[in-house]
Amino acid sequence: MLGRLTWSAIPFNEPLPLVSAIVVVLVILAVLGFITVKGWWPYLWNEWITSVDHKRIGVMYMTLGLVMLLRGFADAIMMRTQQAIAIGDAQGYLPPDHYNQIFSAHGTIMIFFVAMPLVIGLMNFVVPLQLGVRDVAFPTLNSVSFWLTCTGALLVNMSLVIGNFARTSWWNYPPLSELAFSPDVGVDYYLWSLQISGIGTLLTGVNFVTTILKLRAPGMTYFRMPVFCWTSLAVNMMIVAVFPILTATFVMLLLDRYLGMHFFTNDGGGNPMMYVNLFWAWGHPEVYILILPAFGIFSEVVATFSGKGLFSYRSMVLATLGICVLSLMVWLHHFFTMGAGANVNAIFGIMSSIIAVPTGVKVFNWLFTMYRGRVVFTTPILFTVGFMVTFVIGGLTGVLLAVPPVDFVLHNSAFLVAHFHNVIIGGVLFGVLAGYNYWFPKVFGFTLDERLGKASFWCWLVGFYLAFTPLYVLGLMGMTRRLQHIADPSWRPLLLVAELGAVVILVGILCQIAQLYVSIRTRDQRRDLTGDPWNGRTLEWSTASPPPPYNFAALPKIETIDAFWQMKHAGQVPAEPPREAIEMPRNSPIGIVTAFFATITGFALIWHIWWMVLVGLIAAAIAVLAFGWIDDREREISPAEIAQFERARSGQRRST
Amino acid sequence: MTAIDTVPAEVPTGQARGRGGGGPAPTRVVVAYGFWIFILSDMIMFAALFAAYAVLSGNTAGGPSGRELFNLRSVFIETMCLLLSSYTCGLGALSAERRQPARFFLFAALTFVLGGAFLLIECTEFAGMVARGAGPERSAFLSSFFTLVGTHGVHVTGGLLWLAYMVAQTMSKGLRASVLRRLLCWSLFWHALDIVWVGVLTLVYLMGVT
Amino acid sequence: MDRPERIYDDRTPGVEEHESTANILSYTVGLGLAIVATIASFVVSQTGLLWAPGIPVGLIVLAIAQIGVHLVFFLHLGSGADSTNNILALAFGVLVVFLVIGGSIWIISNINANSPMSMPVN
Repeated sequence: MLGRLTWSAIPFNEPLPLVSAIVVVLVILAVLGFITVKGWWPYLWNEWITSVDHKRIGVMYMTLGLVMLLRGFADAIMMRTQQAIAIGDAQGYLPPDHYNQIFSAHGTIMIFFVAMPLVIGLMNFVVPLQLGVRDVAFPTLNSVSFWLTCTGALLVNMSLVIGNFARTSWWNYPPLSELAFSPDVGVDYYLWSLQISGIGTLLTGVNFVTTILKLRAPGMTYFRMPVFCWTSLAVNMMIVAVFPILTATFVMLLLDRYLGMHFFTNDGGGNPMMYVNLFWAWGHPEVYILILPAFGIFSEVVATFSGKGLFSYRSMVLATLGICVLSLMVWLHHFFTMGAGANVNAIFGIMSSIIAVPTGVKVFNWLFTMYRGRVVFTTPILFTVGFMVTFVIGGLTGVLLAVPPVDFVLHNSAFLVAHFHNVIIGGVLFGVLAGYNYWFPKVFGFTLDERLGKASFWCWLVGFYLAFTPLYVLGLMGMTRRLQHIADPSWRPLLLVAELGAVVILVGILCQIAQLYVSIRTRDQRRDLTGDPWNGRTLEWSTASPPPPYNFAALPKIETIDAFWQMKHAGQVPAEPPREAIEMPRNSPIGIVTAFFATITGFALIWHIWWMVLVGLIAAAIAVLAFGWIDDREREISPAEIAQFERARSGQRRST
Repeated sequence: MTAIDTVPAEVPTGQARGRGGGGPAPTRVVVAYGFWIFILSDMIMFAALFAAYAVLSGNTAGGPSGRELFNLRSVFIETMCLLLSSYTCGLGALSAERRQPARFFLFAALTFVLGGAFLLIECTEFAGMVARGAGPERSAFLSSFFTLVGTHGVHVTGGLLWLAYMVAQTMSKGLRASVLRRLLCWSLFWHALDIVWVGVLTLVYLMGVT
Repeated sequence: MDRPERIYDDRTPGVEEHESTANILSYTVGLGLAIVATIASFVVSQTGLLWAPGIPVGLIVLAIAQIGVHLVFFLHLGSGADSTNNILALAFGVLVVFLVIGGSIWIISNINANSPMSMPVN
């Protein structure tokens, strides 16, 4: 009746997971209860849950990412603590079974449910505004993408309460992840959660490639687009190119597990290395998918806060496209040690070194943008400068690892762990936090508190170096990754420093939570009334803060790069509102409905509840077909509403 | 009315237009391009399955190989069915564009029958192989064969269900712009499936028996 | 809600010019060429017409030709003033397909060559 789901799936006899599960469930119930008591459900349903507005969806993605950051960080600090304690005779507090689940969940959550939602959220909010248009190409599909990502996040977190998560790392290699060695639900949670959210991500890729190539304001040729839009184009092209590889790979592993096939099994002619090969054919471009939006954010931030246009726009664009193509040609460097031989290793090693070049071009362009500019040291610029130093170091360690003989010593060591955290934290996270501080006033209409922002930056920077520099040293001393117990007591001092670093990062996160709280409480003193708090250069700053649902009353006519800067300096008067109504897409529940049935189907597949799988699939199909039958999917914003909004905005501007 | 992808009254001329400065494209172009990108992503998914087949096709684990299993005569008939269905699909798309519902329904029916014939032959082939003990769980070669060819078959099945849905929509709403856009997407999908089949025919069947 | 759709020369695969004869012709010629290519593939594979080691190459060439026929005659790729976006997208897709299939074959065959136990004898 319920497949293999029984009461033993709930971890009654394991105190740590039980307590975590109870806490999580209580927090969720408390939040839902609070919303109910306050009567916010109609507002949330109409304005957020069923919204197809890219701005709302962007905020929801960012919220998902930041909340999951807390979960992923909790995993991190648990691991750091275990490694600081379990040295020599001491056993620590996390048995190996749990430790393995924690590092698997940490990686999976951080990549798929923190980093991806954060960058996709920022792209969602900013790109249509920067392109001077009203929304993305397929707004309803955008909503479906978001909610399917939430389904994935929900399934991973459910594994904490019902059943267990994979113990196979965030890569989930066979043969360990095959039925013979991982018969329980953990690997299935991993596979179905990522398969479902992967569909959402792929649809986002299709959406944004189409938007950037086919929907731009009149006059905005390709070489007048902001650099953030170029990086978004490259990122979404890469998503379209590589997520299908992951989908196919997971399909094959699922077929092995569910139907007894032999793609990657030890017997029957299976080849586990093919999984490794295909996984990284996705996996390497994935990390460039994460970093390129951050590069775009830094380009915008550097130009704005240096008061100068970005140095060498064209070489930036070329470098971006170069990274996009080259990133598809380096993936073997993730498994140099797995037997492909010297010739293959040499080619991929050379390609991996070459890909550092376009990134170097970008770094020089940012530096030259700042040179002789009038740099204002706000929180976003601090994150940018912190990024430039930190990412260069991380990139250098990457080029070092790209040399196969070096990699034979350092593969899967703590050195590697330090390298990729170096580039992900120093690159992706710092970029997201810069973008978060930079665009927050546009999204919500008031700026974030600067002092707490700077405090959080310094905590993140110092915390990062404290947490990961010891790992570089430990890697060179022979420590591998994913150790639940440390045999060599001489490593203790370094591990304690790393633990301290994690605590400093925790303080940084607390500063950010405080920053948000304080900023909301004092928001009236911090209102952005002009829409342009930073003297920006790109079109999003020409709208009100927050922008109206239709973004632009009249689509702007573009004549140069940095169109808004040019408009400001040519003394252009804001355009007259149109005499006609504006049509915008109607809200739709199809996103959350599809995701709801996807969650049911995913859960049922994991627990082998076959009747529920059928019900979920049929219900989802009916929902989609019914939605496809609806004709009237647009609503009108009347000229009167538009005029009223524009008048209110001019009033705001004049009062500054 | 000024819709989300509004066409501005004055279109920038010459250079700006040629280099992508013409403003937002019409809905039909946007939808078709988006679907084209989606099709390309689907092709890449097939590429991963092809790669797995290429790597695993020699791993028969002591079981039967392609040479022993493939029946080229039925493969030829399947191929012709699918190819002809692409043709009737194209003619159906033309009829739809010219707002000729009766001819559209005729070509849609022909396409459906030809696609159905393809699926029938394929299912018979699969059932025969399973009955001979050459099912997907027998060896890596068979796993990758069934998955690659089966995924294509699932796409064809989905395409036929979608076609039925589109015929129902056309009957109910007529050949209005939104229906035409979807028919355009559907025919892109159907032609793409025939392209994948060319790959399957060549790399799986013909190379498998040669 | 039908807006004038002909302001832009932007093309997408499948969006044809509204000229009747040219199009039925296009599909019919495409069908004919595709049938020829299909039959040729079977002939190459089954008879001894082509020098044996050249058969895989011949089959691949015919397959690429037939895919080209589909793209041009059924999907109308390349027709229209501004089909650059479509062709660039296709080129990118083809690059990725080539890297995934070719790269996988190259890598795995090298790994297999260095792994004595991974290829069971038939």
